[in-house]
Amino acid sequence: MAEEMQNYDSRVTDPASRKLETFSYLPELSEDEIRKQVQYIVDHGWQPAIEHTEPERASDDYWYMWKLPMFGEDDVDTILNEAKKCHEVNPNDHVKLIGYDPYQQSQGLAFVVYRGQMK
Amino acid sequence: MGKTFEAGVKEYREQYWEPDYPIKDSDILACFKVTPQPGVPREEAAAAVAAESSTGTWTTVWTDLLTDLYYYKGRAYKVEDVPGDDEAFFAFIAYPIDLFEEASVVNVFTSLVGNVFGFKALRHLRLEDVRFPLVFVKTCGGPPNGIQVERDKMNKYGRPMRGCTLKPKLGLSAKNYGRAAYECLRGGLDFTKDDENINSQPFMRWRDRFGYIAEAIHKAQEETGERKGHYCNVTAPTPEEMYKRAERAKELDMPIIMHDFLTGGFCANTGIAEWCRDNGMLLHIHRAMHAVIDRHPKHGIHFRVLAKALRLSGGDHLHSGTVVGKLEGDREATQGWIDCMREPYIEEDRSRGLFFDQDFGSMPGMLPVASGGIHVWHMPALVNIFGDHSVLQFGGGTLGHPWGNAAGAAANRVALEACVKARNEGRELEKESKEILTEASKESPELKAAMETWKEIKFEYDTVDKLDAQHK
Repeated sequence: MAEEMQNYDSRVTDPASRKLETFSYLPELSEDEIRKQVQYIVDHGWQPAIEHTEPERASDDYWYMWKLPMFGEDDVDTILNEAKKCHEVNPNDHVKLIGYDPYQQSQGLAFVVYRGQMK
Repeated sequence: MGKTFEAGVKEYREQYWEPDYPIKDSDILACFKVTPQPGVPREEAAAAVAAESSTGTWTTVWTDLLTDLYYYKGRAYKVEDVPGDDEAFFAFIAYPIDLFEEASVVNVFTSLVGNVFGFKALRHLRLEDVRFPLVFVKTCGGPPNGIQVERDKMNKYGRPMRGCTLKPKLGLSAKNYGRAAYECLRGGLDFTKDDENINSQPFMRWRDRFGYIAEAIHKAQEETGERKGHYCNVTAPTPEEMYKRAERAKELDMPIIMHDFLTGGFCANTGIAEWCRDNGMLLHIHRAMHAVIDRHPKHGIHFRVLAKALRLSGGDHLHSGTVVGKLEGDREATQGWIDCMREPYIEEDRSRGLFFDQDFGSMPGMLPVASGGIHVWHMPALVNIFGDHSVLQFGGGTLGHPWGNAAGAAANRVALEACVKARNEGRELEKESKEILTEASKESPELKAAMETWKEIKFEYDTVDKLDAQHK
């Protein structure tokens, strides 16, 4: 049975309409789900890194680096703890986890692990 | 003593068949599938192709003796059976680099696929593959931006990009057309696309279209906080008009334009790629007319050659076929030419239709674009086949959503992200496709409705142009 038609609720004046690129159309990932994505970054030999920003500056190319990328770090817990620390210090910010791929000179994966309050 | 002139006709193989020829790194190499007229020996037919596509003509002429034809001629150096085909054979030909103008794909094609294709001694002729030597590659501009630059400019990482061709492809007014784009983009697509048939017809002039599209993009960006683009088709009747349209797209702050490389031609394409490089513009390439050239298994030019040539001429995206959708394309062969689009070095691999090693040096890669009759149910297979460095374009599969374009776009975006997430978790996408999509649809009524709408649609016809290894 076809479902009743729904309106697509999204508007310029509503900050909750903002999206955050990869995985932002899915519900917020659970800790276990985030862990698996970090494992994927580590398994590729990419360099894990953490960045954060005020939600209203989310479209900027440059977010604030949280320390330096964790070069050579392959312990998933260490990486997750670092993201958590960044979140605790910046509770209102978006916190993004990145896997820098040095071979492609790009980011192999980047997704927001803590979503700040959209306002 | 110098050579003497003898008028008359010589057998081609006396001059153009050279099985002991030591191939040079700088030679352009070509593999043709030759179907000769009955009774023509293979070596003679192969030599004829080499002659007619390089220095030869049907008779000797006295001016041959004023140059060193031994230096300039192409040589057939090998013939091989075509698996499963008793009529045709593969002929391998080496051309010295000095036969071609630097950076001119136009010039290479004029020789390799010129008069020789109408040659009477042949029933059919197909250019299967070309090895462009690095010394030639390095003279070409190539993709104006490349995959890595595009990802940075568009801020898209760790997933394929998502697009949609606006429909109906002909007949909408500029304002209504812009509405269709806006709805797709606010729903979660990265790109919308002008249909290739849209140039500047009386029902929608290009300047009006670009104006409305610009508002659609800018508003969708503000609304979603994500970067958006629309392939503004600048394909035009003349190069001057093409550049004028490109300039206007730039004024409107558009990130990407589009060109149809076969109908527009390689000269126009190389020109617009150069313009894009100068202006920091991404370039999407459509391939209308390709099936006329590449679909027949015995005659024409294989698509992998067109793809390599386009990479040299310049483009950041190129349509590649989908394997799973409504248009022709065998899986292994498709993966072969996708590699030709985006890898720096591609090894010979007959199981994927690749006849030569191809070194692209540091030339950037292009994103393959999968488009045509694909929808949410295809997403798991598409993510497997194409990987992250691709653009997946659902036209009908977005616009045909029962709740409209924004809902269709959101459905596809959710499906894409669910598939990427599952793949990264180590799940087998194609085996578990139903579970993965069904799980994701629990949180997305848009996806649920899309899955209901398209659950029965399949395109299961046999491929016309198969790899020859599979013919048996």
